Amino acid sequence: MTTIETPAPQPSGALSSGSRLMTLAGRYGTFVAFLALILFNVAVTPNFLSLQTLNVNLTQVATIVIVATGMTLVIATGGIDLSVGSLMAIAGALAPMIFMGQFWQVESMGFAVALAFLLPVVVAGLFGLFNGFLVTRFSIQPIIATLVLFIAGRGIAQVMTNGNLQVFKNAGFQFIALGRIAGIPAQVLLMIVIVAAAWAMIRYTVIGRQIIAVGGNEKAARLAGIPVKRVKLFVYMLSGALAGVAGLIVVARNSASDANLVGLGMELDAIAAVAVGGTLLTGGRANIVGTVLGALVIQLVRYTLLANGVPDAAALIVKAGLIITAVFIQQRAGRH
Amino acid sequence: MLLSMQGISKAFAGVPALKSASLEVEAAEVMALVGQNGAGKSTLIKILTGVYRRDEGSITFDGHDVDFAMPAKAQAAGIATIYQEINLAPQRSVAENIYLSREPKRFGMIDHTAMRRGAEAVLKTFNLAIDVDRPVAHFDAATRQMVAIARAVTQSARLVIMDEPTSSLDEREVAILFETIRTLKRSGVAVIFIGHRLDELYEICDRVTIMRDGQTVAKSPMADMPKMALVRHMLGKELAAFQAIAPEDIALERPVRLELDKAGAGVRVRDVSLAVREGEISGLAGLLGSGRTETARLIFGADKMDRGAIRMQGQDRTYREPADAIADGIGLVSEDRKIDGIVPDMSIRENMTLALLPKLKKAGIVDRARQDEIVSRYIRALGVKCTSPDQPIKELSGGNQQKVLLARWLATDPRVLIVDEPTRGIDIGAKSEILKLLRSLADEGLSVLMISSELEELLAAADRVTVLSDGMSVATLPRKDLSETALLAAMAHQEE
Repeated sequence: MTTIETPAPQPSGALSSGSRLMTLAGRYGTFVAFLALILFNVAVTPNFLSLQTLNVNLTQVATIVIVATGMTLVIATGGIDLSVGSLMAIAGALAPMIFMGQFWQVESMGFAVALAFLLPVVVAGLFGLFNGFLVTRFSIQPIIATLVLFIAGRGIAQVMTNGNLQVFKNAGFQFIALGRIAGIPAQVLLMIVIVAAAWAMIRYTVIGRQIIAVGGNEKAARLAGIPVKRVKLFVYMLSGALAGVAGLIVVARNSASDANLVGLGMELDAIAAVAVGGTLLTGGRANIVGTVLGALVIQLVRYTLLANGVPDAAALIVKAGLIITAVFIQQRAGRH
Repeated sequence: MLLSMQGISKAFAGVPALKSASLEVEAAEVMALVGQNGAGKSTLIKILTGVYRRDEGSITFDGHDVDFAMPAKAQAAGIATIYQEINLAPQRSVAENIYLSREPKRFGMIDHTAMRRGAEAVLKTFNLAIDVDRPVAHFDAATRQMVAIARAVTQSARLVIMDEPTSSLDEREVAILFETIRTLKRSGVAVIFIGHRLDELYEICDRVTIMRDGQTVAKSPMADMPKMALVRHMLGKELAAFQAIAPEDIALERPVRLELDKAGAGVRVRDVSLAVREGEISGLAGLLGSGRTETARLIFGADKMDRGAIRMQGQDRTYREPADAIADGIGLVSEDRKIDGIVPDMSIRENMTLALLPKLKKAGIVDRARQDEIVSRYIRALGVKCTSPDQPIKELSGGNQQKVLLARWLATDPRVLIVDEPTRGIDIGAKSEILKLLRSLADEGLSVLMISSELEELLAAADRVTVLSDGMSVATLPRKDLSETALLAAMAHQEE
């Protein structure tokens, strides 16, 4: 057998310049928007180029990015996770209860704080596993399956705390939100580590490639021996656990845990970041870097408007406009 | 003559799908329309019902020249189509479905009483007394089909087209359906019956039109067309494109590697026994709908087996999931590359190593060096034409995609490789290339189970062929007894 290196016909040659622009916009649009926002702010917003501005924006975006990373993986398999906000509330309610001695007498604060980091994340992960169980075992559509905990999860958090606000001061626990390592906020570092790990997982590991294959063609993936159900269980579990981490950061930042408010609306922010970042909601792709950029763009738009005296309510409308634009560009780009 | 279609031609993007095909149906007759996959049956029907527009030819229906621009126009003219997947609104009631978009009205509101009475009356003509207020989803497949037919009747259809109406019905339901068809006939309605089960065609149809390669190759009263002749017309006798590449005779009986013993699942696979031997290509033949693909999926653990046994090298096995079968050294190149094979957006490299991934890992991380080595080896060995291993597989031609999928399994070093229509949708050069490749793999000791609807392919490459008919294995022919006539006879399930 001989091999003739004939290049397959490339469709790009036939594209009109308009649609090529769309393809480019689809690929780099989020990045360009990000750059444009920074340039705009440098020119218009006073004191934009300062370490403080950077830290404010990064700390505000950290929780969204962490949750959106898990969401990206779930969406890559063709699913969605609506329960993340409620799981944040559960984790956020659980942590203070542990180190404040609600469950058992705290003997060593160091040990209690360690448990307060670990247990809520494990519990949130288990709830995520429950989501995955509903999706795989009973073939419930992900949007419905995760709606269960979206509703019940916040209820569980409220019941646990009797609906009371838990106020606390615990330097060890709050290091996750208020501490700094080499001048960088701890939560920002945590975000970077999580994003890097997820990015490497998608790119280099077997499970990462299997996640993409399941979303790209579930039937083919199954026939290639990929444990489709286990892969799905894994991403929902991870999404839950990451929501748990985000919940810890939020309550640590506020020195208080309010089960009614922690993570409220987070599922939509996370989905928006994923969508703006260019990951298709139909599955088969996981653009982690895009998700980070998407979250940053949404955050920067809000910051830009607030810093220039536009009320928060108006910022919401701009955010919506941004999502529509992003999805529109992706659809156009996807046609070619 | 109720319907006459003459000289119908249609091409898609320059590729002819129909070449001067014709179809004639009298009032009150049941016309069988048969042909292999890609023969042009459904294109012809879609032109008749206004889904496609013809390039050439003429259609007269009920004495008028017609050219339906859309399905609604054909429906209004009295042509109703009952599709395989019946197009009813499952959550609406039977009565609502029968009168969908033509609800009887009273003072501008839907007259539910009239609708219910009308639905009951029309179902009564088919001897069907069911609660018309219940949602359609509540009833079994045969009843749903009858509701669809009842809808056609209330639309005063003159011609009802049924596309493989019995494919998901059991014997009792088929009997009910046939009674319905006879009722339609008595009231003067004509039926076009597209089907593959020969016994059913002979039971219910008056005449038959046979299509092959976009042309009408035969029409005749059913009674004048012996089964053998019908199958021969369907499959055609093309020029021998393939040289025989299987050794003429095998001196010794090779040991059996994989054995399927009286396997069954649902209505599609009823009783299949077959054996795949070491270093042999075993063919699996049968007409469309005979259960070939379903049998392959059973072996591979993709569908659940209800009855029977699988033995690998003499030992009983249960494969719950494809992963189990793969772990036991089985590979399956599936029939429909797009649906079951490729992950379109992933690269050639990823697609080729999808099944191998678990063996390619070091501490969970894909060993990229080994992956690259394997991928470039198979790209070279199979002659995959691509710009680079990073090219998305969807950009490749069908033949090259098929080579990548073959490589996906060869890379796992299987004991048994099942290939389902390995040369479908592939140009003729790549076809013989793939057959030769399978042959040389078998010579090296691989057991191949090759499903094919092309007799030439089986005759050229297989060491023995098991023939399926209607979900049952009816014959296994060794190489020395293999001939076109013998295969045709077995496929037609003709008693000697």
